[in-house]
Amino acid sequence: MNNSSSSSSKKKSVTIGVLGFQGDIEENVAATGQALQELQMDGNVKIVRYPHEIENINGLILPGGESTVQSTLIAIQQSQPVLKKRISEGLPVLGTCAGMIMLSKRAYDRVIGDTKPKLIGNLDIVIERNAFGRQSDSFEADLSISMLSKEAFKGVFIRAPVVTEVGKNVEVICKLNNRIVAVKQENIIGTAFHPELSGDSRIHRHLIEMALEFKNKNGS
Amino acid sequence: MIMTTISLVATEPKPKGIKVETIENARMVRGTTLLKRGFAHMQKHGVVMDVTNVEQAVIAEDAGAVAVMVLDKLPYDVRKAGGVARTASVKVIQEIMDAITIPVMAKCRIGHTDEAKVLEAVGVDMIDESEVLTPADEERHIWKWDFTPPFVNGAKNLGEALRRIEEGCAMIRTKGEPGTGNVSEAVTHIRIVNSEIRRIRSIYQDGDKQELMKAARELKVSYEIVEETARLGKLPVVNFAAGGITTPADAALLMNLGCDGVFVGSGIFKSDDPAQRARAVVLATTFHDDPTTVMEAQKMVDEKKSLLGMDTSKLELRMQQRGEHG
Repeated sequence: MNNSSSSSSKKKSVTIGVLGFQGDIEENVAATGQALQELQMDGNVKIVRYPHEIENINGLILPGGESTVQSTLIAIQQSQPVLKKRISEGLPVLGTCAGMIMLSKRAYDRVIGDTKPKLIGNLDIVIERNAFGRQSDSFEADLSISMLSKEAFKGVFIRAPVVTEVGKNVEVICKLNNRIVAVKQENIIGTAFHPELSGDSRIHRHLIEMALEFKNKNGS
Repeated sequence: MIMTTISLVATEPKPKGIKVETIENARMVRGTTLLKRGFAHMQKHGVVMDVTNVEQAVIAEDAGAVAVMVLDKLPYDVRKAGGVARTASVKVIQEIMDAITIPVMAKCRIGHTDEAKVLEAVGVDMIDESEVLTPADEERHIWKWDFTPPFVNGAKNLGEALRRIEEGCAMIRTKGEPGTGNVSEAVTHIRIVNSEIRRIRSIYQDGDKQELMKAARELKVSYEIVEETARLGKLPVVNFAAGGITTPADAALLMNLGCDGVFVGSGIFKSDDPAQRARAVVLATTFHDDPTTVMEAQKMVDEKKSLLGMDTSKLELRMQQRGEHG
């Protein structure tokens, strides 16, 4: 999607990449488009897969899907070192569900233990995959998220993970029944639920604002 | 009103499959249309692989399958064996659920509500009401709004697809002709669906409501779902390809025709190089728009090891015709 950038408003234009290997990629593109419109900002939202595409963005979204599949494919295309480097340089990034797992340091589940494929690992948390159970246990629930305005956020949890351990630089931004379902560590936001499916673009707007700040700071 | 990124069109007003539970401070709602269709969206750009045992399921997961589909026999063997094809053994399904972490789907017979209830009780992630098995009811499909887990159904044209969605299915796949190793029928079905959607979209863009109503009557579905499909320019649920996919290039072909992902049945585990082929099909599905990577994927398989396949015009059993009048 290209939300046509006019040169007069160049300062308020960002390029957001959505990692395009597997999962609800187009849904994140659409949610980011909606967020740009609500912010009345210009911007590009593009699907990125190759290392050179990841070099030229101001913000990144890792979509939902199957983390085992996504990490396998990232390894094949050798995009992992670039992702790791750019995120550690401060690239704002949002990982939803599988995307948060990809960003985490360690993930495990009750069936086979530690997740086999290599994770990107910038986010200092430990995750239990499918922590609420299988698809029949997937649920919607209203959430209160500390970094957003007060009104409830509709959480869409699909075979969702939870965060079981957080490092000292990690801020817990949302809990559900005392289980951690969203975190922030400097430039990284991770959610166990799917903000791209709820129709509420506040989290995507937050990422865009972080991306704009990052872009202006780096002058790129 | 909040617009969601996923269309919720045709949702039954009070589906029995919705379960509400309050745990501590949270009101948790399960089995909603958004959760069912949302689950299907998480499978996008992925490959669902047919498996019949734990060993195959583990190979599929390691190769990068997005989910597995459990059945008693692969479609190719169903064809050869004849007789009645039914849902897989509960024990096998449970063993597979205990061995892998990706979603586990399983097939039940068309119209066999109680096989589906068994699968719901087992706890599979998605139920495939499938023409690969022998239909239990030729007149009526399962009323899927009564279930908490989502369903996938086969379709070979727009009318079938929309009727299944109205019954509550959360994902469509082309019927193709399963177990043949021949992708031609799947190609035909996706082309038919695409061209029918193009037709109603052009009527919608002309603003001709009467003509759109006529189309709804021909398709034997509600005006509402036709209008929504026409507005979106695609099905209101995820649409996968299935039936006869054998090589990485087959998967790329169907992805490039606009499918959201693929199901591979006999193509992998009836070949002589299943593990390698499974990885290659995953690669070609993801990078379907990049011929160099599809070529790399093709290099990973040996054509001499492909399922030989069959000419679909000479088949005695055309599985795609099952349930077509419901």
